[in-house]
Amino acid sequence: MPKKITIEPVTRVEGHGKVTIQIDDFGNVRDSRLHIVEFRGFERFVQGRPYWEAPVLVQRLCGICPVSHHLAAAKALDVIVGAGTGTGLTAVGEKMRRLMHYGQFFQSHVLHFFHLSAPDFLFGIDGDPLVRNIIGIAQEHPDLAVQGVMMRKFGQEVIRLTAGKKIHGTGAIPGGINKNLSIAERDELLKGADPLNADKMVEWSVGALDFFKNYHKNNQEMVDGFASFPSNHLSLVREDGALDIYHGVLRAVDNDGKKILHDVDYQEYDKYIEEEVRSWSYMKFPYLKDLGKDKGWYRVGPLARLNTCDFITTPLAQKEFEEFKAYTNGKPNGMSLHMHWARLIETLHSAEVIRDLLNDPDLQNEDLVTKGSKLHKGVGVIEAPRGTLFHHYEINDLDQITLANLIVSTTNNNQPMNTAVNLTANAFMNGQREITEGMMNAVEVAIRAYDPCLSCATHAMGQMPLEVSLVNEANEIIHRRTK
Amino acid sequence: MNNTVKFKIDGNIVTAEKGQTIVEAAHAAGIYIPTLCNFKGVKPKGCCRMCSVKINSRYMTACTTPVSDGMEVENNIDELVDMRKSIIELMFVSGNHFCPSCEKSGNCELQALGYRYQMLVPRFPFSFPQKGIDASSPKIMKDQNRCIMCKRCMKTIKDENGKNYFAFKNRSNKVEVVLDAEMGKTMPDDLAKLAMENCPVGSIIYKEIGYNEPIGTRKYDKTPIGSEIEV
Repeated sequence: MPKKITIEPVTRVEGHGKVTIQIDDFGNVRDSRLHIVEFRGFERFVQGRPYWEAPVLVQRLCGICPVSHHLAAAKALDVIVGAGTGTGLTAVGEKMRRLMHYGQFFQSHVLHFFHLSAPDFLFGIDGDPLVRNIIGIAQEHPDLAVQGVMMRKFGQEVIRLTAGKKIHGTGAIPGGINKNLSIAERDELLKGADPLNADKMVEWSVGALDFFKNYHKNNQEMVDGFASFPSNHLSLVREDGALDIYHGVLRAVDNDGKKILHDVDYQEYDKYIEEEVRSWSYMKFPYLKDLGKDKGWYRVGPLARLNTCDFITTPLAQKEFEEFKAYTNGKPNGMSLHMHWARLIETLHSAEVIRDLLNDPDLQNEDLVTKGSKLHKGVGVIEAPRGTLFHHYEINDLDQITLANLIVSTTNNNQPMNTAVNLTANAFMNGQREITEGMMNAVEVAIRAYDPCLSCATHAMGQMPLEVSLVNEANEIIHRRTK
Repeated sequence: MNNTVKFKIDGNIVTAEKGQTIVEAAHAAGIYIPTLCNFKGVKPKGCCRMCSVKINSRYMTACTTPVSDGMEVENNIDELVDMRKSIIELMFVSGNHFCPSCEKSGNCELQALGYRYQMLVPRFPFSFPQKGIDASSPKIMKDQNRCIMCKRCMKTIKDENGKNYFAFKNRSNKVEVVLDAEMGKTMPDDLAKLAMENCPVGSIIYKEIGYNEPIGTRKYDKTPIGSEIEV
C-alpha cells in the first residue's frame, strides 16, 4: 500500500518546516518534498515605512543572523542615499560593518556546528535521540560543549560592541554606522581574559576543523557519499576572486567549475535571477534566467562560496582552502556533508579577519557617515552565513519604501535541499519495511547540512516535537510516531 | 507676605512657592510624579492623566492643581501605580507601537514609562487601528500609528505669527493630530527638529536621520525615566 511519511517539524534547524515522502506499493520512494510552512510578509508591511527604518525593521526576520539582514538592507540604502554601491563608505564605516558581519558569521557558524550538527557526528545519525543533542554533548564531551558556548559568546560580543546589542542592534545606518570602536572596546575583544579573545578563537577554530577532518577520515565513505549531487554554485566574490562575505560581485560556476555568471554587479541581480512559485511551499525557487528553471538552480552557502572563490585572504584559512580544493582536484565540491568542512574553514577565516580588523586603527576614526545624491532604487547583497542574501528597495519622492524584494539565503538553497532530501530518502528508505527514527534523522541531517533558516525567525531550540505519520492513499493515518 | 506653602506628599513635608502646581513643586523637591502631556513652558491641560494623584481622597491631575497649605497628596501608592500602568497600557493598545523598529526607542517617554511601571503585556485587547503616515512634508513624517494625542506639538510648534503647524482633525475615535499640509511644505529645519524632540513618542520623525544614537547612549538606556528628578 502506498504510504506518505511526514517529518514535521524538521528539528535542529532555524525555523519551521516539514518533509513529506511518498512511498509506493513496492516500498520505493516516489516523491519527496521539503515544505516551508510559515508565511512572514515582511516585503509587504515594510511598504510605506520611511526608508531608513528598513535595516532595523527587516532584521526582525531572524534572531540567528539579524546582522545579515541589517547589513544587506543598509547596503541597499547606501545606494539610495548616494553613498555608492559598497565601496563608498568611509574606512571606519566599512570596517565596523565588516567587523560586525564577521562576528555574526563566526557565532552563527559555531552555533550550527557545535549545537545543531555535532550531535549527529558524535552520537551517529541513528544514535539515541535522547542523547543526540547539545545536552548530550555537554554530558559526554564537556570540553567541546564549553568551546561551542564560548566561541558563540565571543561572536555575540563582537556584535554587541559594533551594533549596540547582541541581537537586533542598530549599528548600520544608511551611508555608514552610528558608532566606532573605542580602544577599551577593542581591547575587550583583543585582550579579553582567556578564552574570550581573538587569538583563542583562532586556536579553537583550528581545533574544530581538525575535529571534523578526523571524523571525515574515519567515515570517509559516508561523508563523501551522503546527498552528493552535481549543481551550480553562486556567491559574492571580491573583484579579484577572493572570498569576501561583505562585498563583491556575483559569480556562479557550474559543476565543472566553468563560470556561468561572470562577476556581475549585483545592482542588476534581477537581470540574471528569477524566482519560481510552487503551490506546496511558501518558499520560492530561484534560478539563473539564462539556464531556465530546470538547469538554472544553484547552491549557496559555505560550499558554494569555496567553490566559486579563487583564494582566501587569511593565511590559516587559505592553507585549509588549498587542502579542501585538492580533495576534488580543484573542481567544485558537490558533497552535502562537505558543507560542514567549508563552514569550519570559513569559521577560521572569520576568526582571523576579526583579529586583524581589531588591530586596524581605522576603527577609531570618527567620520562615520557619508552621503551623496539620492537615488530611488538600491540593491544590497551580502553573504549571510547560510548564503547569498539579496535586499532590494525602491522609494518614492516622499522617502517612503514602495517596493521591497528579499531573496533570503535559504530560499536560494530551496531546490538543493529538496534534491538532498530526495537523494537521502531514496538511499535510506527505498525498499525498507519499517521506517526507523534513524532513517528520518538521516533526512534531517541532509537538510541540516545547509543550515537552513526556514522562517528566518527566532525560536527556542528543543521545544519542537517531531511527528511522523504513515498515511494510506485515502490520506488516512495508519500509523503515527512522535518524539 | 509669605510666598511659601507647606504641604505633604506621601507624608513627606514639601515646601513650595505659591502658585506652583503640584508637579512643579514635587519635581523641585526631588519627588517624581510621572507626566506625559505636560511640557515645560506650556500651560498644563491634564489630558493624559498620567500625573493623577489623590488629594483628600479625590483624584486630581497634579500638573493642573496648584499647591495649597496643608494639602495632603498621595502619589506613590499601589492604587495610583496600578492606575498609571493601566493608562500606559491603554495608550499602547490604542495605537500601533512597535518599539523594536521605532527610531525613538530609548528616547521615547511612553516606552520609558512602560519600563518604569513594569508593563510586561497590556491587560487590554489591542485595537490595531488602521493608521497612516503623512510624509508630504520634506522635513518630517507624521506617523499616526504612534500618536498619543498629547498635544505637545500643537502647543509648542508655531510659526512667527503664532500659527499652529499641528491641529486636530476629525472627531471621536477618528480624531488625529495632523500637520498643516501647506505649512508643512515650508517648515524650517530647526522647527522640524524641535517638533521631533518635543514629541514624547515616535510620531513625529525628522526625515532621513534615524538611529544615529548608538544603543547605550540614548536617554533612557541606562537610567529610568524620573531618575533625573528623584533624590
